Amino acid sequence: MKYIPTIGIECHVQLCTKTKLFSEVDNDARGKEPNSCVSPVDYALPGMLPRLNGEAIKYAIRAGRAMNCEINASSRFDRKHYFYPDSPKGYQITQFYHPIIGEGYVELPSGTRVRIEHAHLEGDAGKLTHFKDYSLVDLNRVDTPLIEIVSMPDIHSAKDVHDYCKELWRLMCHAGVTNGDLYNGNMRFDVNVSVAEEGSEKLGTRAEIKNLNSFRSAERAAEFEIKRQTKLLEAGEKVKQETRGWDDATGKTSPQRSKEEAKDYRYMPEPDIPPINLTKEFIDTESAKLPLMPMDYRNLFHDIIKEDVLEVLLDYPQLMNKLGEIALSSHLGHTQGRSAELMVLDGTTSAISLTSNLFTSVLLAEEKSVEYLNDLPSAKDLNELAEMNEKKELSSTATKEVFLHLFDPQMKGRGTKQIAKELGLIQENDLGALEKIVDIVLAKPETQKAQIDFKAGEEKVIGFLVGQVMKESHGKANPSSVQEILRKKLK
Amino acid sequence: MKVANKKVTAERLVRDALEKAKHFEDYHIFTFINEEGALKKAREIDQKIARGEKVGRLAGVPYALKDNFLSTEGETTASAHILQGFNSPVTATSVAKLEAEGAIMIGRTNLDAFAHGSSTENSYFGPTLNSHDKQRVAGGSSGGSAVAVALDIVEFATGTDTGGSVRQPASFNGIYGLKPTYGTISRYGVVAMASSTDCIGFFTKTPEDMDLLMSVASGQDSKDMTTLPDYYNDSVYKKGPAKVGIIKDFDNDSVHPEIRKALKNKVELLKSKGHEIIELEMPALKYGLAAYYILVPAELCSNLSRHDGIRYGFRSEKSKDLDALYENTRNEGFMPENKRRIMIGNFVLSSGFYDAYFLKAAKARTLIVQEYARAFSKVDYILTPVSPNPAFKLGEKVDDPVAMYLEDVMSVSLNLAGVPGLAIPAGETKEGLSLGLQLVGPRRSDKALIEFSKELI
Repeated sequence: MKYIPTIGIECHVQLCTKTKLFSEVDNDARGKEPNSCVSPVDYALPGMLPRLNGEAIKYAIRAGRAMNCEINASSRFDRKHYFYPDSPKGYQITQFYHPIIGEGYVELPSGTRVRIEHAHLEGDAGKLTHFKDYSLVDLNRVDTPLIEIVSMPDIHSAKDVHDYCKELWRLMCHAGVTNGDLYNGNMRFDVNVSVAEEGSEKLGTRAEIKNLNSFRSAERAAEFEIKRQTKLLEAGEKVKQETRGWDDATGKTSPQRSKEEAKDYRYMPEPDIPPINLTKEFIDTESAKLPLMPMDYRNLFHDIIKEDVLEVLLDYPQLMNKLGEIALSSHLGHTQGRSAELMVLDGTTSAISLTSNLFTSVLLAEEKSVEYLNDLPSAKDLNELAEMNEKKELSSTATKEVFLHLFDPQMKGRGTKQIAKELGLIQENDLGALEKIVDIVLAKPETQKAQIDFKAGEEKVIGFLVGQVMKESHGKANPSSVQEILRKKLK
Repeated sequence: MKVANKKVTAERLVRDALEKAKHFEDYHIFTFINEEGALKKAREIDQKIARGEKVGRLAGVPYALKDNFLSTEGETTASAHILQGFNSPVTATSVAKLEAEGAIMIGRTNLDAFAHGSSTENSYFGPTLNSHDKQRVAGGSSGGSAVAVALDIVEFATGTDTGGSVRQPASFNGIYGLKPTYGTISRYGVVAMASSTDCIGFFTKTPEDMDLLMSVASGQDSKDMTTLPDYYNDSVYKKGPAKVGIIKDFDNDSVHPEIRKALKNKVELLKSKGHEIIELEMPALKYGLAAYYILVPAELCSNLSRHDGIRYGFRSEKSKDLDALYENTRNEGFMPENKRRIMIGNFVLSSGFYDAYFLKAAKARTLIVQEYARAFSKVDYILTPVSPNPAFKLGEKVDDPVAMYLEDVMSVSLNLAGVPGLAIPAGETKEGLSLGLQLVGPRRSDKALIEFSKELI
């Protein structure tokens, strides 16, 4: 008997808006004292009222469009009630009945489509730290805006769990709605796994593994759960519907200490926030701000950048953005935004190819990415660099060197050519000048033996001779031109 | 309204008010007397006047603040044990607006804890006594504020009206009480009862004073998303013959005969002044009370969830774990009526009952909104009693919550519809109890209501 897993995923994305969802307090609490980013609205003083952050609505539209979702013209907030010290109001403000983001789908690199059921806006909860006989409450995270993305149960393998989580992360990062810092919980995944006999029309009983904060742990947890449930069914036992936790160290899921009875959240329309009504113009304007998405880049660059390189680069929206900019730069007049299909790439192919290589081999390989990512050279400078490289004005070593100097705060802004000149890295391509240097070298006593040997058929001494010319030219000569001249002269 | 000037100092006005407050101490009006703070502010205003500087429209006017308004003066307790010791770091928008015009708060007034009630008997501090008869209730929930104005301690007082909590105590004490159109005055900084029906209102002795206060306090507030852009100060009232509706269903034996008589007298007065009286049938209003006692408990139980003893106010210290902390704090901190409403609210919101209760009540509310819209396509105003009876005896209805809720039968539908209502004095009973009627208008007709009420004097 074969068992087929069916998996749906809920993902919480923390939005990187300036202020919180319902107050004007700083939303970025990184490195700040506990309870320092909290307003009376957030800690639920009596008489305080939520004030909806319009920026979060705009972010939600962008996030929705990144997942090919409908944006609902009318949506509303609801209260979800529960008592716990991480929830100072005694309820979470969420969108239970009328979410802002409707149906859509995420396409994985493999081509598999995972449908999105809906996604909604809500406020995050605070953080509790437990000690032996007391707990500390930090409300800095309270009402950080979240989007909860609910997928349809369209996933049937642990690998697709990984790919879906990762693609979702990329989509949100490219859409610019989150800092995407998984280590700090910017995105958290709840994975619902069930297993059923192949061909069975009914889905199996599902278990939910909550609060996974990496693609790898989501994948591993799903893998473990599929095996666990399959084994149970094979042994004729039943799967219990429950919430399970994941332990990264042991690589196992286990039931969470949750009370037997189902929670009753007593949902109620939030009376302090009027319904959100969005005009078509507003939705269109915000949608148009969505930059190119990973799938657009794949379509655009598949002939230019090798797939594995591209998949690495896609983790860095800033780098992809820059490549997109280069692609667009020679085609001014084309509409910017998601008009990938309009872009004609001839003319920028080599620039994209070279720049993507530099990004991977220089920036990412040397782990300089973090500080460099937000301050990349202009498309104009990178185009010029590619041009010089192609014209052989710069050797490959010199190209890298100039590339690095494009980040130098002392030099940037001067333009690629000027920098290359100042560094003395422009190759000597003037054949007349090169010939003169070659003549000087050939006149030197120390090259006489090599000349005789070469003429006698010893091919490899040409390297020595080229080296001598390079030395004489202080490295500026183009080695292939030098070799050409040498061969002609020594015929 | 007596405003401070070169002849009458703010300090004089404030001292008089404080003296009267002391004199009427046995009425149990105040939960806090702001003697020091009020006198300090009064002297500041007097200095401004002496220097010839401009002062506000309410300069030196002493007022009483219902104890569910947040301000930095005195504890804000909402007459509830669970909020004792709560010193607010913020000030309600409405309070800030009044004080910016120079009004001076001389004390915080008693209410039914969290404004749950119609008699001020549900206060943790004990009941406030009626201004006309100390054996009787002040009405509620804004009982303290109503009596403070009725006994002439202050020129005006603030109130909140969720289902009649301004209009009913106003009518029990023979003064004016306005429940404005929903959204006219910011709710920011006022302890919430039911968000979708709560309205900030005032008690005054004259329509003119009411107009001045509305002019000061209304307007949009970025801190309250449900506030309307200021329409009050742009309203134009056209004097002239009006069409006034009276509701047939409210004229029956369950209404006290002297209230029916008072209504008839006022109807005759209006006719004599050339106004047209039209009898209205408004059958949907009979769902008002039932819908109200579902929707309001639902919202208030939600709004009261924040009182958990963790961040402010009272905390039961004898608790061993978190669940016990919640249970003990809330059990000891809330009054029986609070608990009753919290339980009703949680019941109607619980899964399996939501559709049958909350959703049904929400539909009834829509019918009521439509009923008022229909009525106001025929008439300019509606005149009805505020409550079926004049002030009842202390303790008379304490053990009968349904009888107590029935006192709200004529007032709650306005809150569900969001329309304004002005309680106006309408004489006294043979025994000297005050009688009140309410003038109701369409949304945003607050200014007209106040102006038209002068026709009823």
